[in-house]
Amino acid sequence: MQKKDMGLAVLIIIVGAIVYLRNPLFLSPINLGNTANLIGLFGLFAIGQGFVIMTGGIDLSVGSMIALLGVIFVDLVGKFGVPWPLAILITIGVGTLLGLAHGLLITRLKMQPFVVTLCGLLIYRGVARGYTGEATAGFPFGASYPELEWLTIGRSFGIPHSFLAMLIIGAVCWVVLHRSVFGRHLYAVGKNEDAARYSGIRTGLVITAAYVICAILTSIAAIYFAMFTKSVQPSSHGNFYELYAIAAAVLGGFSLRGGEGSIIGVVLGAVLLQELQNLVNLLGIPSSLNFAVMGGVILAGVLADQQFNRYRARRRAKRAMEALPSGTPSAG
Amino acid sequence: MTSPSPSAPLLVLENISKAYPGVVALSDVTLTVRASEVLGLIGENGAGKSTLMKILGGVIEPSSGRIVIDNVEYGRLDVTGSQAAGIAFVHQELNVFDNLDVAANMFLGREKRRGPLRLLDLEGMRDAARPLLARVGATFGPDARVIDLSLAERQLLEIAKALSIDARVVIMDEPTSSLTLSETRTLMKVIADLKDQGIAVIYISHRLSEIETCADRVFALRDGRVAGELARHEIGHDAMIRLMIGRDLKALYTAPAVPPGDVILSLKGVRTQARPLALADLEIRAGELVGVAGLVGAGRTELAEAIFGISPVIEGDIRLDGQAFRARTPREAIDAGLYLVPEDRKRTGLLLESAISENIVLADLQSVAWRGLVSLPRILRRATEQRDRLGIKAADLSRVAAELSGGNQQKVVLGKWLSMRPRLIIFDEPTRGVDVGAKSEIYQLLRALAEAGVGVMMISSDMEEVIGVSDRIVVLREGRIAGSLPRAEFTEQSVLRLAVGAN
Repeated sequence: MQKKDMGLAVLIIIVGAIVYLRNPLFLSPINLGNTANLIGLFGLFAIGQGFVIMTGGIDLSVGSMIALLGVIFVDLVGKFGVPWPLAILITIGVGTLLGLAHGLLITRLKMQPFVVTLCGLLIYRGVARGYTGEATAGFPFGASYPELEWLTIGRSFGIPHSFLAMLIIGAVCWVVLHRSVFGRHLYAVGKNEDAARYSGIRTGLVITAAYVICAILTSIAAIYFAMFTKSVQPSSHGNFYELYAIAAAVLGGFSLRGGEGSIIGVVLGAVLLQELQNLVNLLGIPSSLNFAVMGGVILAGVLADQQFNRYRARRRAKRAMEALPSGTPSAG
Repeated sequence: MTSPSPSAPLLVLENISKAYPGVVALSDVTLTVRASEVLGLIGENGAGKSTLMKILGGVIEPSSGRIVIDNVEYGRLDVTGSQAAGIAFVHQELNVFDNLDVAANMFLGREKRRGPLRLLDLEGMRDAARPLLARVGATFGPDARVIDLSLAERQLLEIAKALSIDARVVIMDEPTSSLTLSETRTLMKVIADLKDQGIAVIYISHRLSEIETCADRVFALRDGRVAGELARHEIGHDAMIRLMIGRDLKALYTAPAVPPGDVILSLKGVRTQARPLALADLEIRAGELVGVAGLVGAGRTELAEAIFGISPVIEGDIRLDGQAFRARTPREAIDAGLYLVPEDRKRTGLLLESAISENIVLADLQSVAWRGLVSLPRILRRATEQRDRLGIKAADLSRVAAELSGGNQQKVVLGKWLSMRPRLIIFDEPTRGVDVGAKSEIYQLLRALAEAGVGVMMISSDMEEVIGVSDRIVVLREGRIAGSLPRAEFTEQSVLRLAVGAN
C-alpha cells in the first residue's frame, strides 16, 4: 500500500470514528451491510473509470451506459425471457462494443476523450429513454430468478454479494494494473504518450483497452444496479454516476493528467464517498446538502495532497541545492 | 559482445543530406565512428548536430545518403530499427517516466515476464538491472522511484538503459547541461568505462573543456556541412572554436546617430526561479541596441521572461529609469513600457487565426475602445497607420495573420508593440524563420526604435546577426552574464569564447 492510500485509509477511519461517536448506528450490521452494498455497486465502475483516467482520458458516459444497459438487461430477462446467463453475456457484450467504439474514436480518429464520451452520455441516455418511451423497465409482477438474485443482491455471512463482486474484480484489476505488462504500459502511456511510443509501446492499443475495460466493468455494475433497483427509470437511473466514479478516482490519488493512481486508491475513494453519503444521513444533515459535503471533502482532500507534494518537491530541491559544492552558484 | 577489428568502422554515415522546404539542414555529411572511440561532435547552434543525430536515431529520414552499422546497410532507419542496431540515445531532456521505478524504466517496452499468466517478472528485472547500474556507478537500486532521483542519477539510469539494450553506440546530447561538477566527473569516468567495454560514444557538447577531457577525435559541423576533424593530439580550445566558426560577415551595422542616453533598465544580482543558481547583472541605456548572445539553453529567454513578469524573480534589484521595479505579470511590464516580442512567433506572439488588424491592436485595446467597447473603425484606423509605417504587405487587414509571410508576421508583432510608446523592447530571436530581405527590414526597424530613444534588447542565436546589428553584446552562459563586449571587441571568437567558457 502506498503512502497516499494509507492517508486515505486513515481519513476513512477518522471520519468513521466521528460518525460513530455522534451516532452509534453507524456500526450497526444493517447500516454496514447497506453501505457495503453501495460501495460494491459504485466501486465496480469507479475502478473502470480509474483505467481510463490512468491514460489521461475520461469517460463521461458511465451513468447513461448504466441506464441503457440496465434497460437492456431488464427487458432481455423480464420481457423477452432470455435465460439470465445469456442476458448477462449480451449486456456485457454490448458494453464492450461501446467501450471499443470510444477507444477507437479516440485513438484512431484522434477525437478528444471528453467530447467522445460526452456524446456517449447524451446518446445512450436518449436511446434508453426513446426505446422505453420514457416508461420504467421492470420485471413482470411476481417473477423471480433465485440464482440471479442470489448472485447479485444476495448475501453471504451478511456481506452483500455486490461488495464481494467488487473485491474479486478489484483483485483481478489490481493484478492487471500493478503486475501485468499491460498495466505497466498503461502507466507509461499516461505519463508521456510520445516517449512511450518511442519505447516501442503500442499506445493506441493500450488506450483503447482502457476504455474497453471501463465499459466492461460499467456493464457489470449496470446489471447489479438493475437488480438492486429491480426497475430502471430511464431518465433518472444512473444520473451523475460518472461524476461519482471520477470523484472516487481523484480522491484515490489519480491525476486527471494520467500516469498516477492505484486500484487500492480508487476503491478507498469509493468507500470514502459512500461513507460521506452515510454521514449526511446519520448525522441528520439535510440530504439536499449531500453533494455539497462530497464536493467540499474532495476539494479539501485534493488540495491537501497537492500541498504535500509541493512540500516534498521543495524539500527535494533544497536537498539538491545543499548537495552542491559551495561557491558554484556565485555569479560570473 | 563481438568487437570488430579497430580498423573497421562500427558506424558509417555516408553523404547524408537533409533538406527541408527552403532550408538545407545537412549537406553531404560523412562521419565514421569506430568501436571504443569517443567522438566529440561540435558546432554552433543550428549547425546540424541534432539533425544528424535524429537521422541516426531513426527519428527523421535523410533526403539522401546511406547509413552502415556493423557492415549492415540501412536504407531507411526507424526508431526500433535504430535501437535494434545498437544505437542508444541519452537525451538532453531526459525521457524517463518518473511515475515508475528504475527497473521499470530500464525495461519499458521489453519487460521480462514469468508464470502462466505472463505477468511482470519484477524480481527478474531488478536482478538484471543491478549489474547494469553497478557498471555506470549508480548508488541507487533498481527499485528506487525515479521521482526521487536527481537529474544526474536519471542520466545514469538512461546510460544503464542504453547498456541493457546492448548498445554499440551511445549518443550523449549535452549530457552535462544539468549536472554539477562532481557529477560531471562521474560521467567522465562512466564514459571511460564504456570505452573500455568496446562501446563507441558520440559526445555532443558546447562545453569544450569536457570534449578536451574525453574525446579521442573531434568532428565539427558548420552550417550543415563538415567543417573538419581534429585528431586526439590536435584537440584544443582554440582549434575547436576555429572549426566551429569561420564565415564572412556581411556589413549590417549602421552606427547610431546619437550616443546612448541614460540607463533605462538595470539588473543587479537578479536570481530567477528558472535559474535559481545564477545571478545576473545588466544595464541597458536609452537608444542602445544590445545583442544578447549565448548558446541554446544559456538562459536568455528565461531572463527576458523574468524581466517581463512571466517567470518569477527570486531576488535581486531591478530598476526601470532608476526606480525599483518588478513586474509580477506581463500586464505590469506593459504598463511600465516594457515589452517582450517572444521567440515563438506562432505560439506566443500572434493570434494566427485572427485578423491582422486585431493582432496589431491586441495589447492596447484601451486606446481603440470607446466607453469600454471596442470600436471597429478605430481598430482599422490604428492598424492601417501601423501597416503603412512598417510596410506590412497586406492589402486587406481583415485577413487572418496566418496568411502572411514570416517576415510580415514579424512586422505585425512589431506593430503591436510600437503603437504603444515603449521604453524598452526585448526581441527574442526576431529573425528566426524570416527570409533575408525581411531580415534587413527588421534590422532597420530595430535601429529606428533605438534612435527614437527606446532601449532595445535583441536575443539572437545567429552570430552574424548579433555581431552585425548590435551596439554592444552581452553574452550569457549557464544563466549568468559571462561578459559584455563593446563594438570594438566584436569577433566571433570573443563572443563564442564567452559563450562556451574559455579556460
